[in-house]
Amino acid sequence: MSTATSPVVQPAAGWTLPYRGKVAMACLIFAESAIFTIFVVAYLFYLGKSLTGPIPREVLEVPIFYSVCLLSSSLTLHFATKFLHGGKRGAFLGLWFFTIVLGALFLFGTAQEWHRLIYERGLTISTNLFGTTYYALVGLHGFHVIVGLLMLMIVLLFAFLGRVGPEQSARVEVLSMYWHFVDAVWVVVFTVVYVLGR
Amino acid sequence: MSSDVMTIQKARTADRPWVESLHEWVTTVDHKRLGILYILYALVCLVIGGIEAIIIRVQLTRPHLDFVSPQVFNRMFTMHGTTMIFFVVMPVLFGFANYLVPLVIGARDMAFPRLNAFSFWLTALGGFLLYFSFLGGNGLYGAGSAPDVGWWAYAPLTSRAFSPGHSSDYWTIALMVSGFGSIGTAINIIATILCMRCPGMKLSRMPLLAWLYLIMAGMVILAISPLTAAQIMLSIDRYLGGHFFDTQAGGSATLWMHFFWIFGHPEVYVLVIPAFAFASEIIPVFSRKPIFGYPVMVGATVCIGFVSMSVWAHHMFTIGMNSYANSFFAITTMAVGVPTGIKIFNWLGTMWGGKIQFKTPMLFCTGFLFQFLIAGLTGIMLGAAPFNWQLSGSYFVVAHFHYVIVGGILFALFAAFYYWYPKITGRMLNESLGKLHFWLFLIGFHLTFDVMHIPGILGMPRRIYTYEPGRGWELWNLIATIGAFVQGIATVIFVMNLIVSYWKGQKAGNDPWDAWTLEWSVSSPPPAYNFASIPTVASRRPLWDQKHPEDPDSRYE
Repeated sequence: MSTATSPVVQPAAGWTLPYRGKVAMACLIFAESAIFTIFVVAYLFYLGKSLTGPIPREVLEVPIFYSVCLLSSSLTLHFATKFLHGGKRGAFLGLWFFTIVLGALFLFGTAQEWHRLIYERGLTISTNLFGTTYYALVGLHGFHVIVGLLMLMIVLLFAFLGRVGPEQSARVEVLSMYWHFVDAVWVVVFTVVYVLGR
Repeated sequence: MSSDVMTIQKARTADRPWVESLHEWVTTVDHKRLGILYILYALVCLVIGGIEAIIIRVQLTRPHLDFVSPQVFNRMFTMHGTTMIFFVVMPVLFGFANYLVPLVIGARDMAFPRLNAFSFWLTALGGFLLYFSFLGGNGLYGAGSAPDVGWWAYAPLTSRAFSPGHSSDYWTIALMVSGFGSIGTAINIIATILCMRCPGMKLSRMPLLAWLYLIMAGMVILAISPLTAAQIMLSIDRYLGGHFFDTQAGGSATLWMHFFWIFGHPEVYVLVIPAFAFASEIIPVFSRKPIFGYPVMVGATVCIGFVSMSVWAHHMFTIGMNSYANSFFAITTMAVGVPTGIKIFNWLGTMWGGKIQFKTPMLFCTGFLFQFLIAGLTGIMLGAAPFNWQLSGSYFVVAHFHYVIVGGILFALFAAFYYWYPKITGRMLNESLGKLHFWLFLIGFHLTFDVMHIPGILGMPRRIYTYEPGRGWELWNLIATIGAFVQGIATVIFVMNLIVSYWKGQKAGNDPWDAWTLEWSVSSPPPAYNFASIPTVASRRPLWDQKHPEDPDSRYE
């Protein structure tokens, strides 16, 4: 056939396909949702089935402040990506950093709660079914918050080094999809553990 | 053009030290090489899993045999099941997906080449961990090596009390790790198919192979994740003292069953849908007709994908669910037979009136059609709850699902090997060895698995390591074992054919089967970048359009 071949795919006019990053993240979110569903089902299934105490009503306190922190971090992240897209570097950096602070606050809240439960209430993962399902579900979510925070911090690092500009906003949006998902899961976990489960 | 490129590459590879090419293979992110790695890995595991099957069959040849101890027997059937599902069929299907999907949709690689490599090596690590249990499973307890809890690992067998040592942990971690690999590859397949199609390749023009892999990948995402969740819970139980499946602390063994089968049943369809995909590509080419009822095929597969998500508890009729649950799962199980039946009729409709060429791939596809039908029929029998109460946990069930997996999936896989081997290696597989392989395997398969239904009906439970004489099971078990050896010999012939034809096979050329999908438009094997210029398609059979410009498909679509 013809001459030199370019390894770069030339998109034909009028032929557009969805952005692969978003599609992949949507798939990952589906997979994660399935995992969380199983944990939520286990939590609900074992509600009230513990053979010994403590039971949720005795020991759980509703973490309203820290939940507000986590949920509002979705908002700050949303605007941070908007500012990045619009090329406003300062606002992007500030809001991005604030998002990380909010996420870290939430983790601090969880740590505090677990410390209280373990050392004051004597509830560990092996105490009873409530302990097992509670730490598993909240811990799984906390793990996702940690992963999200690490990735947010990597972006922050690159942003400080001046490597994140408007041209990366599509990629940054993929990460923000993940963070929104983690927040949405918290709404479910919160409802199941602190509202229905108490 | 493409042949020039090939010779240049060949010349370059010839005078390089082997370490360098090994390094290239280990660090590769090319979808074709990763596909080949997946397939080779699966073939190695197939041989290992096959040897385990032979050990099981030898032990059961006659009553009161002492070929292996009961403990070893338990390990063998556990490892056989786990290996065959997770480290043979899954990797080989992902291997074909990796190799073929970008080629049939006119892309240069998968959407995420590095994720692709990562997923492969995770899968490989999973298999390694599973087999490392033979060395490390003992732990400090002297408690037995490989996992012996059955491939579905029901609680409380996996609790610390009944499974000391680390064998169950290796099983858990192996499945978790390979599960992450599977999810990674599934995400990659979906992103590739949705985002990397060449211009003109609308969803309605995609080859059925791409369509069915899209659905399979979606099911992997929704099916493997629950298994991963359940494995996390099991690890929490075993390592952190949790009580998820600990009945003494109020935990539920039934919950594990549900979680396992929420994975386990869709998994069957995850495995069989790619087999459908191979049949849907091969049968039209060798019938010299386009596929019959393309949109219905897609619709039926989507339908199977949905319905198969809600049939899992038909594996659990005997645990004592209430009659509503029993009825629900019996009805959904029957319902999933409908779209499957539609597909079978469509393949028959494709063959009907065609100029059928019975080359080896087509022979295997015909065997697949026939055997998958019978497997489906015994599946419908087992889906009826009262009948299931009688036969659950018997050799009838073993015969049924081997009919699906060997008679259906493995036959379609063999067809795929014979069909795409020329594309992958540039050489044809030997046709007479192929026919010998087909007939021997067919005979061996029917000897083993037709006959195996009978001791099941006569009451022989699965997973027993030996049995009393005089129950009428001896003859059937003897025949089944003979059949297993015939299948083993046929598999050896197949592997020989793969090896010998790689050097001695007849040169294939670009398009040995006169086929119609894009992978046949490039050289065999395809160059690293697949397509020198990205093709544009106007119909479901782009190569037909190219070969018959006077009467292109695009005129009718």
